[in-house]
Parts: sequence; C-alpha cells; structure tokens
Amino acid sequence: MAAQSQFTSQLKRYYSLYTGGVIGFVVLLSILEQMGVPNQTLGYIFLGVTVSLYAGIGILSKTSDVSEYYVAGRRVPALFNGMATAADWMSAASFIGLAGTLYISGYDGLAFVMGWTGGYCLVALFLAPYLRKFGQYTVPDFLGARYGGDGPRMIGVFAAILCSFTYVIAQIYGLGLIVSRFTGMDFGVGVFVGLGSILFCSFLGGMRAVTWTQVSQYVILIVAYMIPVIWLSVKHTGNPVPQIAYGYVLEQVTAREKVLNDADTPDGAREAEVRGILKQRQTDTEARLRALDAGGEDYLAAERSRLAAQVAELRKRHAADAEIADAEQALNAFPKDMAAANNVWHAELEADRLRSSPIAAHAEPYAGPDEETRDNKRKNFLALVFCLMVGTAALPHILMRFYTTTSVKEARLSVFWSLLFISLLYLTAPALAVLAKYDVYTLLVGSSFSELPSWVSAWASVDKALMNVSDINRDGIVQLAEVTIGGDLIVLATPEIAGLPYVVTALVAAGGLAAALSTADGLMLTIANALSHDVYYKMIDPKAPTGRRLAISKGLLLVVAVCAAYVTSLKPGDILFMVGAAFSLAGSAFFPALVLGIFWKRANKAGAIAGMVSGLSVCMIYMYITYPFFGVNAPLWWDINPISAGIFGIPVGFVGVIIGSVLSRPPTAKVQALVDYVRYPNMAGDEGRSAS
Amino acid sequence: MQAGERHRRYWRSNLRMTGVLLAIWFVATFVVSWFARELQTLTVLGFPFPFFMAAQGALLIYLLLVAFYAWRMGKLDEEYGVGEDA
Repeated sequence: MAAQSQFTSQLKRYYSLYTGGVIGFVVLLSILEQMGVPNQTLGYIFLGVTVSLYAGIGILSKTSDVSEYYVAGRRVPALFNGMATAADWMSAASFIGLAGTLYISGYDGLAFVMGWTGGYCLVALFLAPYLRKFGQYTVPDFLGARYGGDGPRMIGVFAAILCSFTYVIAQIYGLGLIVSRFTGMDFGVGVFVGLGSILFCSFLGGMRAVTWTQVSQYVILIVAYMIPVIWLSVKHTGNPVPQIAYGYVLEQVTAREKVLNDADTPDGAREAEVRGILKQRQTDTEARLRALDAGGEDYLAAERSRLAAQVAELRKRHAADAEIADAEQALNAFPKDMAAANNVWHAELEADRLRSSPIAAHAEPYAGPDEETRDNKRKNFLALVFCLMVGTAALPHILMRFYTTTSVKEARLSVFWSLLFISLLYLTAPALAVLAKYDVYTLLVGSSFSELPSWVSAWASVDKALMNVSDINRDGIVQLAEVTIGGDLIVLATPEIAGLPYVVTALVAAGGLAAALSTADGLMLTIANALSHDVYYKMIDPKAPTGRRLAISKGLLLVVAVCAAYVTSLKPGDILFMVGAAFSLAGSAFFPALVLGIFWKRANKAGAIAGMVSGLSVCMIYMYITYPFFGVNAPLWWDINPISAGIFGIPVGFVGVIIGSVLSRPPTAKVQALVDYVRYPNMAGDEGRSAS
Repeated sequence: MQAGERHRRYWRSNLRMTGVLLAIWFVATFVVSWFARELQTLTVLGFPFPFFMAAQGALLIYLLLVAFYAWRMGKLDEEYGVGEDA
C-alpha cells in the first residue's frame, strides 16, 4: 500500500516534469523559428524528438517478467491508466478525422462523439470491474476460463485478431500520411519509420512500456489539440474556453447559412448563380454517362479524338498558352477505359451534386429534402451510435487495459479517468468544427480571389483533395459553393487559420502522430498477445518456460508489424469505414458472450460458441454483401449502412448465447463459482466474518 | 467458497443500480436523439437543445454516471463487507 502510493507520487512528479519539458521544448523551437530555422527542419526536429522520446521510454521499461510484460505488473494507478486508455483509445481518426467529419456533416457527425464516449458507460457498468477481478491477461483468457475448452477461446482469438488488425491498418495508414506530409518522406518510408518506433516500445517492454509511452503520448496529443482551438476561440469570441464560447459562434454560423441560402440577398444570389452552373455541369456529366452506357468504348474513343483534335486545332491557330494547356490537361485527364470513365464521372457527378445543393444548417439534425430521407438519416444515426458504443465495450485492446490496475476499485475509478481524458478532446472537436466554419463563412467567403488567405493557397497547392477553390462563375469573389474542403484539413490547418507560428503546426502533426502510434501500439500488442499467450501458451504448450513465451510474443509482434505494413501499403481505402467496421465486428463477437458470461450464470460453452459465431457471421456477411468495395452490392436491410452492421450482429449474438445455453446442460459448479468470484471484489467475507 | 445471503443482496443492489444508470444512459443517448427534430426549438446556452445534448450534455451525463457508479459501488463494497481490503 505504502509502496504503491509512493509509486503514484513518483509518477506524478515524473510526468509533471515531462509536461513542463514538452512546453519548454515547444517554446525553444518557436525561438528557433524566430531565428529563421526553416519549417522543414523544425518538422524533422519535432517528429524526431518525440519519436525518440517514446523509444526511450520503451527502452527504460524493458522487461522479461511475464506479469510486467502482459499487464504492466498490475500496479498502474487509476489516473495514469485513464491517460493511457485515452491515448490507446483516441486514434488518428479521432485526432485528425473527427473535427473534419463534424465540419462536413454538422449534427449528424455527432454520432461519433456520443458513440465514442457513451461506450464507456457500458465498460464501467458491465465489464471493467469484473474483468479486473478475474485478473488474467487477455480477453480470450476470460472466455476460455468462463466457458471452458478451447472453442470459445479460439473464436475469441480469431475475433480479437480480426478487429484489431482492421483497426491497426487504419492507424498505420494515418501514420504514413502524417509522416509523409510533414517531412516530405515517401508514404511507404513514413509507414516503416512509424512502425519502427512502435516496435521499439512494445517489443522490449510489452504492456509496461506501452502504458508509460501512452501516458506521455496523451500529454502531447491533448496539448497539441487544445492550443490552436483555444487561440481560435480567443480570436473570434474573446473567450479562452472554446467549449462554452462556441454557442455564440454557432448562432452566427446559422444566421450566415440563412443568408447564403437566400437568393434575395446579394451574397445568396451569387451562391445561387454558382449552384446553377454546377447543376448545369451535373446535367452534362449525366448526359456523358448515358452516352457511355449506350456507346461504350466507341463513344470513349470518339470523345478522346475530339479532344485531341481540339488541342491540335488550338495549336494551329496559335491560341493563348493557357487555353492550350487547359485543353491538353483535359485530354490527359480523360479516362483511359470504360471502368475508369464510369468511376471518374460518377465521382464528379457526386461532388457537383453535393456542392450544388443548398447548405444544410450545421445544427439541424437529419437534414433532408423529404420525410423519408430524414427518417433514414435518423435510423442510421442511432444505429451507428449503438454500434460504436457496444464496440467500445468490446474492443480487446481497451478491455485489456483494465487488467493493469491494482484493484477492482481502481478499475472502476480508472474508467472515470479514461472517460474524462477522452471527453476533453471530444468536447473540443465540435467547437473546433464550428469555429473553423465561422472562419470559412465570414473570412474566406466573400474575399477576392486575388487576395486569398495564405493558408488557403498554401493547402490548395499541397493537395487538391484537401483544399480546392476555383472561380466557377468568374466574378473574382469566393463563393461557398466554389470551395471544396477535405475533412482532414480542419485539424491540420487550424494553426494556420488561427494565424499561429509554424511550430504549432508541427506540434499538431506530432499530436496526430502520438494518437496514431499509441493506438497502433495497443492494437499490435493485443494481436501478439492473443497469439503467444492464448494460442501458444494456453493451447499448444502449457508447460512452456517464461523465457520462451516472451520470446515468441516478441517474434510474433515483428511478424504482425510486417504483415500490417504490407497490407497498409496496398492502401485498402476508406479509414473511417475500417474503423467503424472494427467496432461492429468487436461488438458482435465479444459483447454478448462477455456480458452474459458475467451476468447470467446459466450461459455455457455451447451458448458462447453459438452466440459468437452467429453474431460475427451476420456482421461479416452484411458488410460483405453491402459494402461497395466487395462488389456484391446487395440491397440494404432496412436502409442500414454497412458501417453499422453490428446492429444486426449484436442482437443475433445475444440470441445465440441464450438459445445455445438453454438447449444444453448448465455449466459446472466450478464455473458457477468462477462467476461468483468475478462478481464480488472479495469472496472471503461471508463465512470468515459471520463467525467473528 | 460459497456466496452467502449477504453476497446475494449486494449483487441485487448492484443490479438495481446498474439498471437505473443504464436507463439514464439510454434516455440521454437514444431517446433525445430520436426526438432531435422535434426538440430543435429549445435552446440551452445558445445551442439548440439536441445539438447541445449530442455535443456536450450527453458526455457530461456519461461522466456523472461513471463517477457515481465508482463512488456508489465503493460504498456498497464496504456496506456488505465485500471490499478488497475488508
């Protein structure tokens, strides 16, 4: 007890010093910036120092003790486990993607905010204290002990690897993007540099190293997220607490939306003009698609030669260079075959459709032209919230963290700290989205094309998908419908929007890197532990000596890392979908069997197998037949999007566990005693105390 | 080691509390979101009520729920003598 409280106060001292160090480092770099050190160098210093810091903590925490390696010695204080869980939890998608999603979808994006926080209520009420009392090493461990036999454990291992792997690919993808954007390295090189630093931590010290790096990563990521938003809030409202101040900004954004949507005002009329042009473009593209359907390859060839003829004709009459360049570009960008033409033109159609429709009010829930669309949006909103919440309470890399606290009481408390640290970011993201929108609506819209704000031209030259402005109606003034903003831009460009020095931009990049690294760390450790502990030690060779177990775990970590890097380098698409899919998969596979295993003594092996297999299968099948990537394109069930496949998988899982259990014999007395053991923090009380 | 009467009562109180907290969680999340369009005219601190709930209110409620649970369960542990250091 005394040793533990000394340990805690020591940790507090270290991490306070560390936080001071981080701030000092930022100040030092901003002095360097004033002295004229180029931005690229600053970016390198920033990323280099933070990554070697994490690696350093990893080396300091190296261990060859089993309990240290798998559960950090079970002596992580609630507060620090909260920070580590928060870093483990908040991925590149939360850090970079969330504010952008909110910027683009307004109210409807808040499904992620609620879903990614409300799940902790389920963790607190149904899982964390009980898993801590159980006190083993992995989530499949619990399934194996509670349901007996290798079956449930094996399915648990499969599901843990499936959802963690899906999730880790999304992280490494984000990692590659950040490293390559801020250092100019190649995407592939960026992936391997990031991976190297992950391996350094988890390889040497397992959970112990990952825990202490995650705490330090949390500090960096939250400081990096807050500074630009606070600055922006002071700039627009004079109030340094963005979470409170943005209600007032939201009112102004809503008022501005009304003006821009009203064709009777001068600004609204210009918007309407641009939308008209975009509608016309849309009609043209539709005509081209119809001609493509009718004419096929012949139509494509004819169009291509028409464009080529145009270029030749322009050259012959010595037209202006710009005009020739435009025509050449149109020819070069012309789709090469049927499939490409279909894809490109459909994408153009979709983009124009989005821009040509009136602005959906930011705060309006489920905006849509008719009742059916609105109902659909509401349904999908609720389904997504449900899947994200249940998935939160089922992702093995999160649940695993609650094995590391000192006691059941601390585990309960540590859910509170986790949620508090997570909420800091999640309460800020909606504020950031509104503040950025205010900036775009009032400062960018209506400015002249010759004097665009510097961050606009800077980002437009980096990546057209992130920032694109073109004077569609050629009036020299920016209209909202002429601006395309990619979601990821919001967080990355906030420091520049707020007019902060480059150091803060580098800090934000380091924050995004910390978010991606910490999550990837936790996920890879989960996969390696499932293989080494659950498969090798528990099923293949229960007599394996400690040294060999840890060696195998470390070896597997390398293999997993290489596989993940390879799959990521194939760039398998949409990050948000992959993340969402991981939640649906985890929720369907684990949640019913875990919760019923604690709350229903009658649940048994047959039930667990039936529930996990049926839940997971329904979820996977639904994703497979409806997600466009797989190319089946079956009709949706009740209009539910594939990302929320868990809405079918989770109930099926529950029904499966119940039916399977009822149809077979109740679990043995030994298993029922285990359930009691898990339910009460201390079983010893009864006889011993009543006697005294 | 067998669970006695005292343990059963502890577990029942736990279940009751879990049920109540879960109901609050459900209302704050799903019921409010379901009626979001109808509640749009209410305002809180300058925000339309549904937006406020989804962006801040629900999160604060979740925090309170988890904090209350941790505190109350600690009490229950002591009351029924099932605490870890009992």
